[in-house]
Formats: sequence, C-alpha cells, structure tokens
Amino acid sequence: MKNVLVNLEHISKSYDGQMVLDDLNLYIRENEFLTLLGPSGCGKTTTLRILGGFETPDKGRVVFEGADITNLPPNKRQLNTVFQKYALFTHMNIAENIAFGLKIKNKSKAYIDDKIKYALKLVNLDGFEKRMPNSLSGGQQQRIAIARAIVNEPKLLLLDEPLGALDLKLRQDMQYELIRLKNELGITFIYVTHDQEEALTMSDTIVVMNQGYIQQIGTPERIYNEPENAFVADFIGESNIIGATMIEDRLVEILGARFACVDEGFGRNKPVDVVIRPEDVELTKNPADGTIQGVVSHVIFKGVHYEMEVQANGFEWLVHSTGMFPVGTNVGIKVDPFNIQIMNKPESEDEEAVGVNE
Amino acid sequence: MNNKRKLLSIPYLLWAIVFIIIPLFMVVYYGITDKTGAFTFANIAAIATAEHGKALWLSVLLSFMSTVVCLLLAYPLAMILSKMNIASNSFLVLIFILPMWMNFLLRTLAWLSLLEKTGVINNILKFFGLPTMNIINTPGAIILGMVYNFLPFMIMPIYNALVKIDPNVINAARDLGAGPFKTFTKVIFPLSIPGVISGITMVFVPALTTFVISTILGGNKILLIGNVIELEFTTTGNWHLGSGLSMVLMVFIVISMILTAIFDKDGEGSML
Repeated sequence: MKNVLVNLEHISKSYDGQMVLDDLNLYIRENEFLTLLGPSGCGKTTTLRILGGFETPDKGRVVFEGADITNLPPNKRQLNTVFQKYALFTHMNIAENIAFGLKIKNKSKAYIDDKIKYALKLVNLDGFEKRMPNSLSGGQQQRIAIARAIVNEPKLLLLDEPLGALDLKLRQDMQYELIRLKNELGITFIYVTHDQEEALTMSDTIVVMNQGYIQQIGTPERIYNEPENAFVADFIGESNIIGATMIEDRLVEILGARFACVDEGFGRNKPVDVVIRPEDVELTKNPADGTIQGVVSHVIFKGVHYEMEVQANGFEWLVHSTGMFPVGTNVGIKVDPFNIQIMNKPESEDEEAVGVNE
Repeated sequence: MNNKRKLLSIPYLLWAIVFIIIPLFMVVYYGITDKTGAFTFANIAAIATAEHGKALWLSVLLSFMSTVVCLLLAYPLAMILSKMNIASNSFLVLIFILPMWMNFLLRTLAWLSLLEKTGVINNILKFFGLPTMNIINTPGAIILGMVYNFLPFMIMPIYNALVKIDPNVINAARDLGAGPFKTFTKVIFPLSIPGVISGITMVFVPALTTFVISTILGGNKILLIGNVIELEFTTTGNWHLGSGLSMVLMVFIVISMILTAIFDKDGEGSML
C-alpha cells in the first residue's frame, strides 16, 4: 500500500452556529485521485478549504506528511489549488500567470521559461504565453489555472469543482485530460464535485458526503454497486429504493414477494432498505415468469436504452432496458440475487445524516 | 420604430445644444477674441503672466496634495469597507457619504467657523490655556477643505474596484506562495488601479477648478486659478480673459478624462 500523504483528524467546523463538518476523519494516500462528492452544503468545499489553508477548523488537526499544518497559512503549504471559475490574474498574461508562483520562489528566468513551456505543452496550449486570460475560452482558462498550479510541483493538488462552468462535451474531454495529467505527474489529486458521473469516471476513491458527515468511502465500483445507505444509493445514479423485510439470511421480502439475495447477517424479520439499480431489473414477457407482476405505465426512449416505469405491488419500479414493452403490457419482474443490495434502515433522520460509522 | 426613437431624442438634443454646446462655443469665442471682436491668443497666453501662472501653479500643487492625502486616507478605508459583511458595511458606507447630502457651501462654512481665529478650535485651545493656532487663510486650510469635500469621491471608486475582485483570485495568490504583502502589491493593488485612477480624476478635477473652498477657507489672501477666473467674470468683467483662462484649465480636465477612459474600462467612477 502507498504511504498516507494527508490525514484529517477529528475535523469540526461551524459557521454562525451551523455545523458544517462534524468530527471528520479522512486520510489520502500518495498519488491517489480522491473525490469528495456530495450535494451543495455537504461540507466538501469546506474540507477542501481547510486543506488549502483558507479556513481553520474549530477542532481537529490537518497532518501533511507527518507534520501538523493546521495553522499554517496557504502560502506556506506544499499544495496548490485549482479554483472554481479559474481565478486567473486578469491583469497578467498567460506566461505571467503561470510564472507567478515560481517568481515568488525566486527561481531563475531560464527555469521559469522552461516551466512555462512545459506546462503549456502539458495542457495542450502551446504558444499561448502572450495571450490575456479574458481572451481565452472557459476550458482554456481552466487548463491555464491547472498549469499555473502544477508548475509549482505540489505534492497535492486541490480541485474545487473545476469543470463546473464548462459545457458537457468539454467537461468530458477535461475529465480524460485530468486522468492523464494525474498519471503523468504522479501528484495526489483531491477533487470536489457534486457531479456523480465525474466522480465515477475519474476517481480512485470516492468519499460521499452529506450534511457534514462522510456517508461512504470506497472505489467507484463499490460506491455504485454496494451503497451503504439510501443517501448514497440515491445520490449515485438512479435507483429503486424500497422498504423491505429481511426474512432470514439470503432471503428478503420486497412488497410482499420473496426474493433470493446474497446478503447475510442482518438477522431475522428485520426491516431493511433494498437498492435495485434500474438496469438490474429484468422484465419478463410472461408475467408468471417474474417474482412479482406489474403493468408498464411509462416508456421513454433514452438513446442507449429505454426508461420504463412499471407499477407493481404499489411501487413504481424504474427500469432501464434495451428491450421495450409498450405502455399497458403485463410483465413479470425478476432480479438477480447478486443485484439486490440490502442496507440497514436508518431509525431517525439524524442517523440518516450520520450514516455509516467508519 | 427607429424614427420614433429619433423623435424622442429631440428634446434632449435641444437641451444639449442650448445648454452645453452653445455655451462651450461661447467660451471658445470669448477666449480667442478681444473687446473689439478681433481674433487674438492673448487671453490664452495670459496664463503665462506671473500672477496667473502663480495661481495655476498653486492650484495644481494644492489639488495634487489633496489628491494624495485623499488617496492615502481612502485606500485603507476602502479596503476595510470591502472586507466587511454587508450589514455593517452599508452603514459605514452611509456614514462616509452622509456629508455629501449636505449643501457643499454649508459644509465648507462649517469648517470656517471651526478654524477661525475666534472659532471653535481656537476657543477650545484657549479654554485649556493652550496657544491658539493660525489655521484659517493658509494653504493647509484649503487642502483640509478639499480633502473633506472630495474624500467620498476617492473612496467610492476604489471600494467598487476592490469588491469586484473575486476572493478566489486573492486566495489563488496566497495559494501560489505569496504572503499578505506580495498579494497586495502583485494582485490586489494592480486590480484596483481602475478605481484609483477614477478616484484621482474625481478628486483632482474639482479640486483644480474650485473657487468656493479657496474663497471661504483662504480668505482673499490665497488666489487659486478658479478664483482668478471667477474674479474676471464677476468683478473685473473681462469675459475674454476669463474664457481664455478657462480654456487652459479645460485642457487639464480633458487629460484627466482621457486617463480615466483608458484605465477605468469597468466604470468604477460612474457609480456615484
């Protein structure tokens, strides 16, 4: 396993009496692409600002390579930030923007010139030295902001929703660029976003946050396939979240019908939540072949697949399938045992916010 | 549609012609003619006489000093204001703008009664047995009056320029290794220059042309170029000389306007 680069220990932060982060613990390994994912107000940006040195936590420590940097000002930290909406210096040209950090460190002119060339090449903007930031497109400005940060050779690069202001196509291109950059540079990336697709595409590790608490930490596959609670399941992708009863190990009763599953250890006759992804719901032509029966109530063509809604036992099932059943068709619903994800039911709203105990 | 719009603009056009264009041409006409109506440059060249030259030089000097004092006072204040939260901020801004709601003459006369030989300040000094000061009718009193009257015109454009700076741009400078001082000199100040230029113009131009402040706080002892022009129109009755001198002053104003137009593209100065 690679070494731990940064450790956030028992971080708490509140603004005007409002708790934003509550006893947050998180470590980041070297050369990891870690994404903080969550809805606005979940504390992800505050976490990033604490790492960058723009906020001081009320409680807790930030440990960087073994040293406590909690009270170190931003200019003394060995990390750099790529800000939302680029934050380029509009009174300087591109070369001066990129050279800013290096000039402060009193690097030689030859070294700075080399670095500018290298950085512009890295972000595919060769020859842009003399341009002014405002004459560049959003995507170009963002790449300059990245170039400006990485010439300083930080150990850790913080990215605060850097692609948020770009259009879809550009965003997808930039996602590949970021992955390439991370692999070429060997820098640790901490990436903040509310876009689950972005998180799934780029990350080695995703940290799902809500209301100041970490909900789940895991690889994209794990977060998607095995969400630990309803919040994670709902936030990452689309899903059918249904209240159910765990009859015994490997058997769950959903909407009155018994489904085989693979989970164990929940106890007997225990209320649980189940998550079934829309693409995991199989519709059968012959209703009797399904575990439960329903009627198709909605069909939308989405390009890659059809999105259908099926009314069955009082629940509206969301189904993604390449095969189409017209509205009004009686169908059966089947789910592979492996695709039924069982979660503990939260007992109160508070617990829902706390979610997992990591 | 287009014709209708043109029709609507006619009253404004008339206004501009009658009250701006024609008077301007009259000033130029008087400035380049003598009493017989013959063409002459004498009225403009009159700026070079010892008396007028001294008045112009004193005007430029006092306006320049007032502008510097205003800038030194206004910049830190604008920075403090720009960093405050909205609620207390607007109250503080109001405090600094409030004097502007009072009549300009009244404000300046108030300073007269404060600074006079038998004025409030000297009475207080006398009360404590301290020697009285001779403040009134000195260049210092005029600078004080200029700074007091024109300070808000310096604060506002700088404040507007500062609040427009994205906090993340400042954060970015810190993030890239700049300490507070470097952040100010390399990022904050350069980005606020349009506001500074606006402020300088908005203080320097009225200070240069004022005759009210120098009349009230300078007695008749200190003549600024504004006073000289005023006297030509009111007392001496030589409109030709007054117009000629005004045209010289106008050159300074036009230069200031051009500077503002070049540097203040975002219109920080237009917020007042």
